[in-house]
Amino acid sequence: MELSNYKNIFVFVEQRDREIQNVSYELVGKARELAEKNNEQVVAVLLGYQMDAQLETLIHYGADRVLYASNSELDQYQTEPYAQTFTQIVKSYKPAVVLIGATTIGRDLAPRLSARIKTGLTADCTSLEMSDEGDLLMTRPAFGGNLMATIMCKEHRPQMSTVRPGVMIKGEKDKSRTGVIEPVEIQFDPSKFKVKLLETVKEAKKLVDITKAKVLVSGGRGVGTTEGFEQLYALADTLGAEVSSSRAMVDAGVIPHDRQVGQTGKTVRPDLYFAMGISGAVQHVAGMEESDYIIAINKDPDAPIFQTADLGIVGDVNKIVPVLNEALKKERAKRSE
Amino acid sequence: MKIIVCIKQVPDTTEIRLNPETGTMIREGVPSIMNPDDKSGLEVALSLKDQWGAHVTVLTMGPPQADDMLREAYAMGVDKAIHLTDRKFAGADTLATSQAIAGAIKQLKYDLIITGRQAIDGDTAQVGPQIAELLDIPQVTYVEQIVKDDNQFTIKKKNEAGYQMLQVSSPCLITVLSSANEPRYMTVSGILNAYKKEVEVWGFDQINVVEEHLGLKGSPTRVVKSFTKGAKAMAQMHEVDTDKAVEIIVEKLKEKFII
Repeated sequence: MELSNYKNIFVFVEQRDREIQNVSYELVGKARELAEKNNEQVVAVLLGYQMDAQLETLIHYGADRVLYASNSELDQYQTEPYAQTFTQIVKSYKPAVVLIGATTIGRDLAPRLSARIKTGLTADCTSLEMSDEGDLLMTRPAFGGNLMATIMCKEHRPQMSTVRPGVMIKGEKDKSRTGVIEPVEIQFDPSKFKVKLLETVKEAKKLVDITKAKVLVSGGRGVGTTEGFEQLYALADTLGAEVSSSRAMVDAGVIPHDRQVGQTGKTVRPDLYFAMGISGAVQHVAGMEESDYIIAINKDPDAPIFQTADLGIVGDVNKIVPVLNEALKKERAKRSE
Repeated sequence: MKIIVCIKQVPDTTEIRLNPETGTMIREGVPSIMNPDDKSGLEVALSLKDQWGAHVTVLTMGPPQADDMLREAYAMGVDKAIHLTDRKFAGADTLATSQAIAGAIKQLKYDLIITGRQAIDGDTAQVGPQIAELLDIPQVTYVEQIVKDDNQFTIKKKNEAGYQMLQVSSPCLITVLSSANEPRYMTVSGILNAYKKEVEVWGFDQINVVEEHLGLKGSPTRVVKSFTKGAKAMAQMHEVDTDKAVEIIVEKLKEKFII
C-alpha cells in the first residue's frame, strides 16, 4: 500500500430525517484542526436524499469540500447501501483519515467498512492528534475507563476512528467560508440489500439531551430514591439545569437511561456539574471529567469523586439540596427586585 | 435451525480499582465473567431453541481459562462449545479477531449468528459487524428482540430515539443488547454435566485463514502507549454543617456567574 497516495481528512456526515446531526459538525471542527497540521483538506461526505439545502452549512463549519451522494436508497440509514457507497468513495478518493460519529449509526457502519476495506478502526476516541508524518494518534479509554490507550494505524489507510457525540467541540460557524460541493454517482449492487426496514418508531417519552445542558445536577446512590431525585429536579428548575445520574440510579429504575452520564451513558461537558451523592467510579468520571467546574457533595470524605471535583463538600446530600434550593431562590428574588 | 453464539470472557471492569499511589490498574482478584451483552445473546439463542428447536453452538476466542465460561454455557443449555486458542491469534485487534472467528464459523453450518453488542473490557462494538462482513452476510446491531418467521427474522433494533422493526432473511448476524432479556441461570443438572461434556479446542490448523491476517501480524492497529489518567488536584474540601455548605456553594455560583 502506497501510503502517500492517501490524503485529506474525511468526515462521515450523519443525517437523520434529512437533518445533519450535531456530532458531524463537531467532527468537521476536529478535522479542520487535524487538516491544518499537514496542509490537508477537510472533506465532508453526506449520504442522503433531497438535502441540497444543507450542504453549505458543512462548509460554514469548516469543510473545504462536500461530497454528496444523493439517492432514495440513502434516505434513511441502512447498513449495506451506506457501506457500498462509502467503500466506493474511499476507493476513488483515497482519504488519509475517516472520522465517524460513535452513534448507533456510526457504530454499525464503521466496523462493516473497516472489514470491507481491510483497514484499522479505533472506537470511541476521546483525543485525536496528527503527527508530522501524517499518522493519527487515537486515544481512547479501555477497561471501563480505567486505562487510556493511544492507538496508531501506521501501515494501512484510511485511518478510521469513531468519536462519541459531545467529545469534540464544533468550530464557529462562518458564513463567509467557501468550498466545493461535488455530487457523487454511486453504482449499487442491490442483490446484497437483504435487510428490509419495516418501520421506524420514535418513542413517545420526552427525550432530554443532557449533552446540551450548561448546568447538570447529577444524582447517584447517595440520593437513592425517587423522592431524593424530586429534590434534584426542583434544584435544577431553579438553576435552569437538567438532571442527570450515575449508572446505579438507572439500574435501580429511578431515572431513565437517556439521563445517564458515563462510559455506558453519555459524555457531558457542562459549565457546571453537580455530583450529588455520586461516589465517582471511573466509568462515571469518564463521562463528566471534562466539565468546566465540578461541585461534589458526598458523605464519604474518601469518595473518589473528590479527586475529580473542584469543590468538595462532605455532607448529606439529601439535607443540603433543599436548603441550597431555597437559598438560590432567595438570591434570584433579590436580583429581580 | 443452527445458531452460533460468539461469547467472550472479560474481567469484571466494575471491580477494577486503581492503585492511588502508582495510578496503575489492580488486576489481582478481579473476577472473570461472561461478557454481559454476550450472555444476553446466548439467552436469545436459548429462547429461540425453546420455542422453535435449534442447535446452539458457543464459540469463544481466548486463553485457556476461558474454558470455565464455556462450561457455564453448557450448564445454561448449549449443545456444543468451541474454544479457539492459539498463540498465532495473540495480540489481535478487532479485525484480526474477526478474521479468526469468521474463519472458524466458515467451518460450521449456521442460520443465525449472535454476538453481544460490545464487550465491557474494550467497549468497541466492532467484532460483530466485522465478522458479518467477512462472512458476507447481513447484520443487524443493537437488537432487543428477534422473532423467527419461516426462514426469515423480524427484529427490533434500538436507536437513540426509539426503535426500528426490520426483516432479514437467514443467514444473518445480530448483535444483542443486555436490555434484551434476563439470562437464565445454570441448572443443577446442567452444572453437574457441564464438566463431562467436550469442549472442542481449535487452533490455527482448524481454520482456513492465512497467518498474515491473524494475531498481531494481522492487526492494522497497534497500541503504542497506555496510561492511567494523571491524578487531578484534589478538590478544595469543606467538612462543614449544612448552612455553611450552602453558603460556600452559593458564593461559588455567584463567582461563576451561574446565578
